[in-house]
Amino acid sequence: MSTEPTHPVSGDGRSSDYRHSRGLRESATFDRATIAGIQRAAATGVYDIRGWGAKRPLPHFDDLLFLGASMSRYPLEGYRERCDTDIVLGDRNARSPLHLATPVTIAGMSFGALSAQAKEALGRGASEVGTSTTTGDGGMTPEERGQSTHLVYQYLPSRYGMNPTDLRKADAIEIVLGQGAKPGGGGMLLGQKISERVAGMRTLPAGIDQRSACRHPDWTGPDDLAIKILELREITDWEKPVYVKIGASRTYYDVKLAVASGADVVVVDGMQGGTAATQDVFIEHVGIPTLAAIPQAVQALQELGLHRRVQLIVSGGIRTGADVAKAMALGADAVAIGTAALIALGDNDPRYAEEYRELGSDAGFYDDFQDGRDPAGITTQDPELAARLDPVEGGRRLANYLRVLTLEAQTIARACGKAHLQHLEPEDLVALTIEAAAMARVPLAGTSWIPGA
Amino acid sequence: MNEPVVVDLATSSVRALNAELHAPGAKSYEVRSPQGAHAIAAGVDSEITVDVRGHVGYYAAGMNDGGRITVHGNAGTGVAENMMSGTVRVTGDASQSAGATAHGGLLVIEGSASMRCGISMKGVDIVVGGDIGPMSAFMAQAGRLVVCGNAGDDLGDSIYEARIYVRGTVGSLGADCVEKQMRPEHLTELRDLLAEAGLDHDPAQFRRYGSARRLYHFTSGNTY
Repeated sequence: MSTEPTHPVSGDGRSSDYRHSRGLRESATFDRATIAGIQRAAATGVYDIRGWGAKRPLPHFDDLLFLGASMSRYPLEGYRERCDTDIVLGDRNARSPLHLATPVTIAGMSFGALSAQAKEALGRGASEVGTSTTTGDGGMTPEERGQSTHLVYQYLPSRYGMNPTDLRKADAIEIVLGQGAKPGGGGMLLGQKISERVAGMRTLPAGIDQRSACRHPDWTGPDDLAIKILELREITDWEKPVYVKIGASRTYYDVKLAVASGADVVVVDGMQGGTAATQDVFIEHVGIPTLAAIPQAVQALQELGLHRRVQLIVSGGIRTGADVAKAMALGADAVAIGTAALIALGDNDPRYAEEYRELGSDAGFYDDFQDGRDPAGITTQDPELAARLDPVEGGRRLANYLRVLTLEAQTIARACGKAHLQHLEPEDLVALTIEAAAMARVPLAGTSWIPGA
Repeated sequence: MNEPVVVDLATSSVRALNAELHAPGAKSYEVRSPQGAHAIAAGVDSEITVDVRGHVGYYAAGMNDGGRITVHGNAGTGVAENMMSGTVRVTGDASQSAGATAHGGLLVIEGSASMRCGISMKGVDIVVGGDIGPMSAFMAQAGRLVVCGNAGDDLGDSIYEARIYVRGTVGSLGADCVEKQMRPEHLTELRDLLAEAGLDHDPAQFRRYGSARRLYHFTSGNTY
C-alpha cells in the first residue's frame, strides 16, 4: 500500500512538493483518512455510515493476467469468428429459466436507496442489451417492472413490499442471505430517504431511520431454507428460478448449503460489492475479497457435481470486460454489477464536482449514498435531485457500458481461443502476486506454483 | 352450499393441490390426510374456502390473498406467513413465526403459538386464544396482535407501529416496547377483533403494548 498522499494538492493549497521538500512523512498507520476518522468519531459519538463497497486495496482481478493463444493454443479471429455470450440461468428446477444475451447482470439495488428514475434507467439499459435487473429491498416498482425484460425479485429478511402478486410478476426470485459489503448485517435506510412513497412501500412511518433485519423471520438454517424454497416454488407453480445470494465469507460451506437447500443459482458477492448505507467498519473489515470467494464457490459446486448445472453469479468489484472474463474463467457463469452501473448512469461524474465538494466530498470520492443528497440524482428520493437523471439517457449510457463489457470479454475470450465466454477456464489465467495466486488458485506468472495447492 | 371438492394428500401431491387452488374450479375445498406436509394451500389468491383436516407442516396458507383457510389441527412454522388478505384459522397450536411479515387479513390461532409470533408483521391482525412464545412481534411494523393468554420474553422488541394486546402476563418487554394506555378506541378495536375471532373475553381484561419510538433515529444514545 502506498503511503504517499494521493492528492497532488490538498484542501489547504499545500502541494505534495511542499511536504516532500520539508521531509514531512505521512504515517502508514495513522494516515490522513484514519486521523480524520478519529476526529470525526470524537466529534460526533456516532460511527460512520456510508455507501459504496470496501475501499482498501485488496487482491483483485487486476492481479490476474490471461495467457493468450500462441503456438500451443489456437486463437479466434477478433470481430469475425463467433464468440457467444448468451447464458441460461436457473434451468435446474424452474419451468421458465432466464435466457440472457450477456453474462453481465444488474445487481439488486432498492427503490429507496435509488430514485425511481435510476431504477427505470437500470431497467432500460439492461433490457436494451438483453440482461436482467434485480429489485433490492423495498419491493418492486412499476417503473422497474415496466422497463425490465428480465426482472429478479429479491426476497429479503425485511420482506418490505413483498407480496404474491409481484412475486408472480417476477422472472426469478433471489433469496438474499447477505451481501458482500456486510455479510451478517441487515440493512439501513436513513430517514432523509424515507419519502412518503418509500415509507408506504415498506409499511413504515415516513422520515424514520429504517432498519432491515439481518435474519429471515421465518426460517433459521439450511434445512428450513429448503422448505422455504419449496414454498416459493409452490406459490409460483414451479415456474421461476430461485437464486440464493450470499455475502462472501465462509463461501465454500455456504455454497454447499445453498445448493443443498435447493438453489437453482447461487450469487456470491465479495467485499468490494457496494451498499447504499452501512457502517464503514463493517464494509472494510467483514467479508473476503471477490477473488478469494470464486474458487471456493466453484470447488463446492464441482464437488457436488453441479458446476454449470447450478449457475454461479459473482459480484463485487466488476468494472471491465477483463474482470468479467476473469470471473468467468475462474468458473462463474455470470457476473453482476452495481457500483459500476451507477457510475455508468452518472454517479461521481466530474461535472458535479463543485456540488460534491459542497457536500464535503469530491467527484471520484462521493460515497454518502445514505444522505439522499446525491447531485447526480441517483441515490436520492429528493424529487428535484432525482429529476436530474433522465432515465432514457441514463439507460442509453448503461447499455453502452454493458456492450463494452461484453465486447471486451469477447476480445479476451477470442484471444484465448474460446468460442463462448463460458469456455474460459482457470488454465487461461496466471497471477501477478503470491496472494492472488493463492486466492484464485492459479499459478504465479512464469511458474507452475499455486501457493497452498 | 355446494359440497366441497375433496383432495386427499394420501393419493394426491401438494403440488397438484396448490396448482388446483391457484386456478380453482370450485369455491370450496377439503384437504384430507395432510400428514404434516409443507406449503399446503400456499399462494391461494382468490376467495375460496379450504378446510384442511389434520396437522400441517411449514408455511401452510403462505402468502394467502383472499382465501378462507382453516387448519383443523396444529400448524408448523410460518403459518400464513406474508398473508395479504383473507382469513387463516388454526384450531390447534401453531409453531414459530406464525403470521410472519403478513400485510393483511386475519390469523386466528385457537390454541397457543410458539416463538416469534407476528414477527415483522405489516398490517395483519393476529388473535391467539392461548399463549405466545418469546420474541413475538419482533420489529412488528403494523397491525394488531391479540393474546388471550400470556406472552413470553422480549415481547415487541424493536417494534414500530403495531399494537399488541395481552390478557395475561408478559415475561418481559423487548427493546423499545412499552405498556400504553388503553383508550376507548383501543377497547373498541379489541372488542371487534375478539368478535371476529369468535372469542368473548372482556376487552377490559387486556393491557396494551406498543413502541416508545426511541429507536426511530440512530443516535449515540441508542443503548440497545
